[in-house]
Amino acid sequence: MNFTLKIWRQKDAKSAGKFVEYPIKNISPDTSFLEMLDILNNELIQKGEEPVAFDHDCREGICGMCSLHINGHAHGPSQAVTTCQMYMRKFKDGDTITIEPWRSAAFPVIRDLVVNRGAYDQILQAGGFVSVRTNSVPDGNAIPIPKADADESMDAAACIGCGACAATCKNGSAMLFVAARVSSLAKLPQGRVEGARRAKAMVAKMDELGFGNCTNTGACEAECPKAISIAHIARLNREFLSAKLKD
Amino acid sequence: MAFKLDSKIPAGELAQKWSNHKAAIKVVSPANKRKLDIIVVGTGLGGASAAASLGELGYNVKIFCIQDSPRRAHSIAAHGGNNAAKNYRNDNDSVYRLFYDTIKGGDYRAREANVYRLAEVSNLIIDQCVAQGVPFAREYGGLLDNRSFGGAQVSRTFYARGQTGQQLLLGAYSVLNKEIAAGTVKSYPRHEMLDVVVEDGEAKGIIARNLVTGEIERHGAHAVVIATGGYGNVFFLSTNAMGSNGSAAFQCYRKGAGFANPCFTQIHPTCIPVHGTQQSKLTLMSESLRNDGRIWVPKKIEDVEALRKGTKKPSDIAEADRDYYLERRYPAFGNLVPRDVASRAAKERCDAGFGVNETGLAVFLDFKTAIERLGKDIIKQRYGNLFDMYEEITDVNPYEEPMMIFPAVHYTMGGIWVDYNLMTTIPGLYAIGEANFSDHGANRLGASALMQGLADGYFVLPYTIGDYLSKKIQAPKVSTDTPAFDKAEKDVKDKIAKLLSIKGKQTVDDLHKRLGHIMWEYVGMARTKDGLEKAIVEIQKLRKEFWADVRIPGGDKEFNVELEKALRLVDFLELGELMARDALLREESCGGHFRTEHQTEEGEAKRDDEKFAFAAVWEYKGEDAEPEMTKEVLDYEFVHRAQRNYKD
Repeated sequence: MNFTLKIWRQKDAKSAGKFVEYPIKNISPDTSFLEMLDILNNELIQKGEEPVAFDHDCREGICGMCSLHINGHAHGPSQAVTTCQMYMRKFKDGDTITIEPWRSAAFPVIRDLVVNRGAYDQILQAGGFVSVRTNSVPDGNAIPIPKADADESMDAAACIGCGACAATCKNGSAMLFVAARVSSLAKLPQGRVEGARRAKAMVAKMDELGFGNCTNTGACEAECPKAISIAHIARLNREFLSAKLKD
Repeated sequence: MAFKLDSKIPAGELAQKWSNHKAAIKVVSPANKRKLDIIVVGTGLGGASAAASLGELGYNVKIFCIQDSPRRAHSIAAHGGNNAAKNYRNDNDSVYRLFYDTIKGGDYRAREANVYRLAEVSNLIIDQCVAQGVPFAREYGGLLDNRSFGGAQVSRTFYARGQTGQQLLLGAYSVLNKEIAAGTVKSYPRHEMLDVVVEDGEAKGIIARNLVTGEIERHGAHAVVIATGGYGNVFFLSTNAMGSNGSAAFQCYRKGAGFANPCFTQIHPTCIPVHGTQQSKLTLMSESLRNDGRIWVPKKIEDVEALRKGTKKPSDIAEADRDYYLERRYPAFGNLVPRDVASRAAKERCDAGFGVNETGLAVFLDFKTAIERLGKDIIKQRYGNLFDMYEEITDVNPYEEPMMIFPAVHYTMGGIWVDYNLMTTIPGLYAIGEANFSDHGANRLGASALMQGLADGYFVLPYTIGDYLSKKIQAPKVSTDTPAFDKAEKDVKDKIAKLLSIKGKQTVDDLHKRLGHIMWEYVGMARTKDGLEKAIVEIQKLRKEFWADVRIPGGDKEFNVELEKALRLVDFLELGELMARDALLREESCGGHFRTEHQTEEGEAKRDDEKFAFAAVWEYKGEDAEPEMTKEVLDYEFVHRAQRNYKD
C-alpha cells in the first residue's frame, strides 16, 4: 500500500512547528502504524534527514506511552485501541494521513510528536493513592468486596494515562483521567477512608495545572483507547460535591 | 583475579533461614535514615516497590526511568498473574509446594534459600496489593479468585483480568506517588543511567543522561539499586517493550559486578507468529490461555499442506486427525507444562514439518472444546481482551478459528549476580527483579516474575539494604566532585562523541536486526557447539562493523532517539557474545538452555548435575578480552535433584 504522510515537525519546545509531507510506498497491510513510522524513519536516516520523534514502548496497548492525533482522532480512527495496536489495513491505499502530537496546553511539545505529560503524574501525586505502608496490612481475604464492585473498579483502573482524553477535549479537561482513578478507589472499601480528601485534592491539582473544565461533551469517552465510561465522571462529581458539602 | 563469591546464605533449616537472617542483620535508626541517600534505577515492580518502601522508611530516594512516567515500565505489560501460596482453594498448596514447584520449574539451577524466601513472602504481596486498592478478580462471595498456570497442579495465581502486571504496577506506582508527594522520593523520568560510579571499591552513584536536553548529570548516593529488568531485546524481536535494554546491568558488569548465567533465556510458547521482515516486536498471548486452550497441529502432513494452500480451514480438520501433542507427551500436566517444555515441543513439531502457517512456524491454540463446555460468554469474560487483541493484529476471529502461536523471547533468568542480601559483587550496589539472576534458575514459571519483583522490592531489599547502610551512618553526603565521577562522566561523553562522529551508512535498527538474527539462529531455542562458536565470531565482526559504519543523525544536546538506541546496542553487541560464551561453556541442557548434543532419547533436556550444578558468574576483562568465569556451586541441602517429570 502507498500513503502520503503529513507529519507535524517541531525541533523543540521553543521552536515553531510545521507540517511536512512524506510519501511512503510498499507498506504491507499487516504492518502496524508505528512500524510504518519505523520504516519512514529508517528511510529518512538513510537519506541524511532527521527521523520523526514519537513516543512508544510496549506496542501492546498497555503502557500508555504512544499517543498521536491521526486524521484528527486521538489514537487514530479505530475505536478502543491505542495507536500501537492499529494496523495499516484500517486505511485505504493512497490515503493521505495527517499525524499530529497531542494538542493541549498542559502537554507541551518536546519534539515533533513527543509531548510532556508530567501533569498527569502530578495529579496522581496529589491524592491518587491509598495511604498504606508496606507490611501494615490485613490478610487479602479480610476485606470482602462484592464482585460487581471489584469489576467496576477494574473497569476504571484500566486507564493507561495516555492523555487522549485531555488532548481530545475541546476544553482541555482531564476529568476522565481524574475520574478513572477516583472512581476505581471509590468502589473499594480500602479507598473509601480517604475518598473525600482524594477527590478534592486531585480536582484542585488538575485546575492548578491548567486543564480546562468538563462540559459533558463525551468526546473523551469516544476517543479513550480503553473505552473508560464517562459514568465515572458522574461518580467523581458526586464524590467531589459530597466532600465539599462537608467542608 | 577471580571473584570470591560469598552467597551469604544463612545457616539453619530452610523454613527458618529468612527469619534467622532478619534477626541477625543490622537496622538503621530513623534519625540516621534521614541522612542516607539511595538511588533506584528503574520503576517497574521491583524499582517502584523498593523506592516507595525505602521512602516510607525515611531514606532519601532518587528514582530514574527512561519513560515519561514511572507508570510505564514494562512490568505493566504482564498479563497473567501473581503466584502466592495462600491455599485459598484448599487444593493442598503451601509455601513448601510453591518453593518446590519453582525450584523444579527452574530445573534445579536456582538457590534453594532464595527461592524458599520468595515463596515465604508471596502471601504478603497479595495482602499488600489488596490494601493498595488493586482490583483483583473476585468470586461471588467477595473473596479473591485464583487460576492455574504452567508447572503447577494447584490454582495459586491471583489476577486482575488479563492486566495483572498493569494493576500491580499501578499499585506500586500509587505508593511511589505517595512518597513523591511526601518528599522522600524524587522522580527523574526521561533519564537514562549510562554508568555506575565506583569509588574505594563501593558504589557511590550514577551518571545519567537527561533524555530531553541531553545533559549528562552526576548523582551520588550511599547505595545504588539496579531494577532495570532483562535483556531479551538482544534478540531484536521479543515480547519486551521497545525501550527495554540491558545497558544499566551491563555497566555494572563493566565496573566489576559479576554477571550470572547470561545464557538462561526464556522463550515463551504462546506468542503471535512473526510476519514479514519489518516487524518491530512480538506480541505475547497470555499463558492463562492455556487454562482452557488446547494446543495442536494436524496428524497428517496432507492436512498441513491443505492449510497452507488455504484449501482447508483448521475447523475442517476432524478431531481424530489432530495431534494434541502436549496432552499426548505430558499427560499429567497436559497443556499446562512449563514454558520451556511447551516451547521445545512446538519447535519439535514444526521442525518435523507440521507447522501450520505459510512459514511453517506456528501451531494452533484452540478454544473449541472450552467454548462447547463453558459457552462463549464465559470464555469472553475470561479472555475477551486477549481475543480482541489477537483479532486486531491478525484479522482472524479466535472464537471461530483457533489462534496461531509460536515461541518468542520473553524473559531472561540470567542477570547480575547477587548474594542473599541482593547485593552484587560491588559493595553498595544492589540488583532486584528480572535484573538479577537469583530465583528462577534455568526457567521461570508463569506468574512468578511479578512475584519476584514485588518480593524483592517490598519485603527483602528494605531489610537487607539496612545491614549495609548501618555501616554508613557516619559517612558524609556523597560528593560527586571526585576523580571517580570525573572519569565516569568523561568516559560517557567520549563514548557519545565517538558514536556521533562515525557518520556511517547503516541505521541502528538495521544493525540490531542483524544481531537479532545471529542470536535467534545460534543462541535461541536449540544451541550447538559449532553454532555458538560461529555466533561469537559473527557478533565480534558485527561489533566492528557497528563502530565503523553506524549512522546516528542529530547531536548530543537534544532529544535524540537514535543516539539512545545506539548506546543500548553497544551493550547488546557485547552481551550477545557473553550469552554465547556462557551457552558454550554449559555443556548440558537445562530449562530454557537446550544444547542439542545433550538430550534424552525422548528429546527432553538432559542435565548434568555432576559437572554443571553451579551458577556461572562472569567477570569483565575488557571489550576484546575473554571474560573470566567463577563458579557459585549450588549445594542442595533440602531438595533431591531429579529429572523433571511432567508426564505422570
